[in-house]
Amino acid sequence: MPEKISIPELCLVVLVGASGSGKSGFAREHFRPTEVLSSDFCRGLVSDDENDQTVTKDAFEVLHFIAAKRLAAGKLVVVDATNVQKAARKPLVALAREHDVLPVAVVLDLPERLCHERNRSRPDRDFGPHVVRNQAKQLRRSLKGLKREGFRHVAVLSSPEEVAAATVGRRRLWTDRRDETGPFDIVGDVHGCADELVELLEKLGYGVQGREGEFEVGAPEGRRAIFLGDLVDRGPRSPDVLRLVMGMVRSGTALCVPGNHDAKLVRALRGNNVQLKYGLAETLAQLEDEPPEFVEDVASFLDGLVSHYVLDGGKLVVAHAGLKEKFQGRASGRVRDFALFGETTGETDEFGLPVRFDWASGYRGDAAVVYGHTPVPGPEWVNRTVNIDTGCAFGGGLTALRYPERNLVSVPARRTYYEPARPFLPDENGAATPRPYDDLLDIEDVLGKRIVTTKLQRNVTIREENAAAALEVMGRHAADPRWLVYLPPTMSPSDTSNREDLLEHPAEALAYYRREGVSRVICEEKHMGSRAIAVVCRDEEAATRRFGTIDGAGIVYTRTGRRFFDDRSLEDALLGRLRRALSAAGMWEEFGTDWFCLDSEVMPWSVKAGGLIRNQYAAVGAAARASLAETVTSLEAAAGRGLDLAGLAEHQRGRLDAAGRYVEAYRRYSWPVRSVEDVRLAPFHLLASEGRVHLDRDHEWHLEAVGRLCREDDGVLLETSHLTAETGDPGDEQKVVRWWEELTGSSRGGEGMVVKPLEFVARGRRGIAQPGVKCRGREYLRVVYGPEYTAPENLNRLRQRNLSTKRSLALREFALGAEALDRFVGREPLYRVHECVFGVLALESEPVDPRL
Amino acid sequence: MLLTITNEGTPATDLGYLLHKNPGRAQAFDLPFGKAHVFYPESSPERCTAALLLEVDPVGLVRGRGRALGQYVNDRPYAASSFLSVAISRVFGSALSGKSRDRPEAAETELPLRARLAVVPCRGGEGFLRRLFEPLGYSVSVGAYPLDESFPEWGESPYFTVELSAEVRLRDLLNHLYVLVPVLDDDKHYWVGDDEVEKLLRRGEGWLSGHPERTAITERYLKHQRSLARDALERLVEEDGEDPEEQDREEEAVETKVRLPELRIGAVLAALREAGARRVLDLGCGEGKLLRALLGDRFFEEIAGLDVSHRLLEVAHRRLRLDGLPENQRGRIRLLQGSLTYRDARLAGFDAAAVVEVAEHLDPYRLAAFERVVFEFARPRTVLLTTPNAEYNPLFGGLPPGEFRHADHRFEWTREEFRAWAEGVGGRHGYGVRFVPVGAEDDAVGPPTQMGVFELA
Repeated sequence: MPEKISIPELCLVVLVGASGSGKSGFAREHFRPTEVLSSDFCRGLVSDDENDQTVTKDAFEVLHFIAAKRLAAGKLVVVDATNVQKAARKPLVALAREHDVLPVAVVLDLPERLCHERNRSRPDRDFGPHVVRNQAKQLRRSLKGLKREGFRHVAVLSSPEEVAAATVGRRRLWTDRRDETGPFDIVGDVHGCADELVELLEKLGYGVQGREGEFEVGAPEGRRAIFLGDLVDRGPRSPDVLRLVMGMVRSGTALCVPGNHDAKLVRALRGNNVQLKYGLAETLAQLEDEPPEFVEDVASFLDGLVSHYVLDGGKLVVAHAGLKEKFQGRASGRVRDFALFGETTGETDEFGLPVRFDWASGYRGDAAVVYGHTPVPGPEWVNRTVNIDTGCAFGGGLTALRYPERNLVSVPARRTYYEPARPFLPDENGAATPRPYDDLLDIEDVLGKRIVTTKLQRNVTIREENAAAALEVMGRHAADPRWLVYLPPTMSPSDTSNREDLLEHPAEALAYYRREGVSRVICEEKHMGSRAIAVVCRDEEAATRRFGTIDGAGIVYTRTGRRFFDDRSLEDALLGRLRRALSAAGMWEEFGTDWFCLDSEVMPWSVKAGGLIRNQYAAVGAAARASLAETVTSLEAAAGRGLDLAGLAEHQRGRLDAAGRYVEAYRRYSWPVRSVEDVRLAPFHLLASEGRVHLDRDHEWHLEAVGRLCREDDGVLLETSHLTAETGDPGDEQKVVRWWEELTGSSRGGEGMVVKPLEFVARGRRGIAQPGVKCRGREYLRVVYGPEYTAPENLNRLRQRNLSTKRSLALREFALGAEALDRFVGREPLYRVHECVFGVLALESEPVDPRL
Repeated sequence: MLLTITNEGTPATDLGYLLHKNPGRAQAFDLPFGKAHVFYPESSPERCTAALLLEVDPVGLVRGRGRALGQYVNDRPYAASSFLSVAISRVFGSALSGKSRDRPEAAETELPLRARLAVVPCRGGEGFLRRLFEPLGYSVSVGAYPLDESFPEWGESPYFTVELSAEVRLRDLLNHLYVLVPVLDDDKHYWVGDDEVEKLLRRGEGWLSGHPERTAITERYLKHQRSLARDALERLVEEDGEDPEEQDREEEAVETKVRLPELRIGAVLAALREAGARRVLDLGCGEGKLLRALLGDRFFEEIAGLDVSHRLLEVAHRRLRLDGLPENQRGRIRLLQGSLTYRDARLAGFDAAAVVEVAEHLDPYRLAAFERVVFEFARPRTVLLTTPNAEYNPLFGGLPPGEFRHADHRFEWTREEFRAWAEGVGGRHGYGVRFVPVGAEDDAVGPPTQMGVFELA
């Protein structure tokens, strides 16, 4: 009968056979070329000669290296080498173990004569018959021990006919249930609490017939239960729980993975010597009353459970104690151990229990991992993992997670059946053991070259050196990363104007959007202060619920993620004003949220940039006015002597005038701040609230929404004046120009305006159009380009400026910021949000003209 | 920027011959960075004033070759700086070397001269200005300016109008200005050229060696221009205008009197040896002072320094001369960029970690993350953590009450506060902790630095 070799989809296949036994031909026939790693090929790689035996050591190092990379990536590997010696196979078995895949041996035990003939027909194999003879001898000696060496499957083919007839079939791993997509109801540790289990199932919509002894459970349409193990011990009715679960699994309405208690029960039932601790004695006592067939059935059921399951296309993993990414879908003793017991540090805590290694905070896998094992007061998602063991036997509750809905359904324990060794519920004073800082970020989340996939722009690349610069800012200065759900993009100016004595003018801003095919734009007054993101929660409890155990009930932070105010009482007062305005406007209820994220400008400029204004802007103004005044006096004296200095004197008077205008310009943005009453916050985007990122709304919606807020507190909150325009309408353009001139003229001296597509995200000719371009006023720009920039000889040179880098940055940062909000609102793990925010900061360190 | 020189010797108009510039006409000169104009606001036998008006091109400063200065908003066009020295040597070159075709004897004569500069930046204040010029025989009068008269609370600007009067040879006056104007300007000394030492010696001939401020003059004059490449980080912190080097100087100034930095390193080395730690992490290594000590001691077999600042790591790399180390030495040490609030697999597997004067640079709300990174995940057998003892601060003269020793410190702990935190950390992560004083202990307030020695139970 032809041999049907059945191997797991992911495994390490070791071909064993003498030279000339046809290993390579066999590999070619049954495997993809990229799956086969041959020693001859590796010899060729390192020495140009596939038969050079002197490089064998190096060749195998290369082979093992490639094999390791493939196995780590979850790819099958076939090792095509003679592998007739135990010493050659040993590192391969070790390699398979290291990657938690099964090693498989396929032995080609063909007659020596045949091998020798085949070798003779190949000119490159000019070795004598003794070589094959030795190899055959070694092979025969190995045959019996292969299983002991660790090969889980061994197939031996002993004739050319057998080789020709053999087939290789691949079967999926026991753990692989990716084709099952649910929906599921995943139930935490039951521990013999049959009453609560029945109650929970009924609450989940399952029909449970019978209360003890016999159960019949009907699942709601299309749903299936998954039990996370630890069915037994501690609780009052382990046999009933077993009966119920076994029935459901056998009728196909449930899946079940084993817990450590279940495994230990099997060992006890199989007569192994185990300690009767942690509730096992109670279970064994309860089983005393059951018929022996049932007990035997229990043992074989529990023994047959698979360590964990990978479900729903790889998006869901269930395991009793959780499973780190590299173990998911793998099979080995340590994978099973992890799934049953988790990972410990080898130390014990003050209650004598093993200290668990916190694998969840370091988890970066894509699959959601639902697990139990360690009782927690309430399930909390940590990086796409969630522990739903709420300690039913200890008097907590029994909890199920509905998937994919991800909501929790829970029933309380009817009583405390067993005292926990370590308290996990809040004590009488209501104080629970403080939750560790779960959302710990890893340096690998941010350092090095990274590519962030965003919805707006497919891939945004962060260069290594920019990430390094951002780490310093983030590490030393940034606010708690859990607050940082967004950073604003940089903004490009409009194209440079060629109008006399202007650098920027509305015509170019409108023309940009016209070129991009954006017909409707909104022009918003650009406040001159400092950019600020405000995250406002309804109260501290709401903040803790949504952002984790965190300081305060909101924050105002800068465009680089620093806390905006050094003075916390000022920040609290400002947040308080926002909170009151949100309440007065009824927006908490209307949006069904208890937090908002607002994009805004905080004034005066001097509140954040006071040092800069004094040390640079005012200082230059003082020097300019003093030196130019004296210069003008001297020149006038000299001209009075009849020297031909009229032109020079006029020029210097012009400079003095420019210096005066420059001083006027920065003065408008400075005033002393003694209390919150002196602060102005002008919100212009309502970025996000619970369950929703509002970037799908247009800017009129945003200004209307924040306008309602501002009207509730016109002392501190400032509305943003604006104007909509058709980019193709000359009349509208005139209107915009007049409005801009009014805003920026020397009487008001405003910074200017921002022109945005009416849609928050607008498609232009090539992908997304700039989310906004700024058009700054002539007087304001003295603060940017210096007091004398308007002199024709200066302006002409300043017009040579390149906007393309700035614009490309703006788009990439916009995409990252929007992505950060999306991920936060979608309740993705902190590291996924942080990656985007960090990316914005990193891009901001790219060299670009800071005056743009 | 305007420099006027007035001669009141007779005949005053000799000034024109000495400067080789005719009082009867205005002249203009092109300079690499702008334009100079020479004209005479007055010229009579009794009094003659020459004016040198220097127009520095503000756009050229930013856009021109070499890009000397990054900011368009810049005092260079208005304030006296090394540009003035260059202008003096270009426009008044002969006078500067004391040559005069027509009045050789006047060039060698001390004349009643008065120089007036509008304006001079003086980062050392008026006192420094006087200490520079008065020893040379000048009577100095100074006019000060507020930063902005609309904001009196902002105080005075660093600019002065300065008038210097003396009986002095013109060449000496010009040489004094040539050297001392850039010295006053100090950290904005953007000189171009590499023969500065010789220039200083030539221009300072005969007066510099006897000047009581010669050390300050030499140091400031020779201060090399900072790297033209403004690194990425500077752009990010621009608005806050912080200068970390400046801050470090502050802390050193506070602490050097007791030589605390050395004492700390000594205490850490001793504790590391006592713990038998051969594989050692320096978390927050900065410029590598502790690393240098570790590297110098063969007891330590593997050393890794971690810092959040890429720039400081480059400094450490240079100072430790890592590129010049022989291979066997080079293999002992690694520098890593990282942050103590991010979990980091590279930090696992060491015998000990030294965290010297680092924790207080973290915001209090980040200590929870720091604690996990160091004690739960890096988890060396021994952790040595030093931090200031806030109670000791009043004993440092010159530190105002309530202020921290370093502007970047987010907190400073009393002994009790440190003890409470450290024991909490120890309890949560299975470390025993004991406390070691560093520096001379005061009976009432304890040592200047406190060190926690955490050992895995």
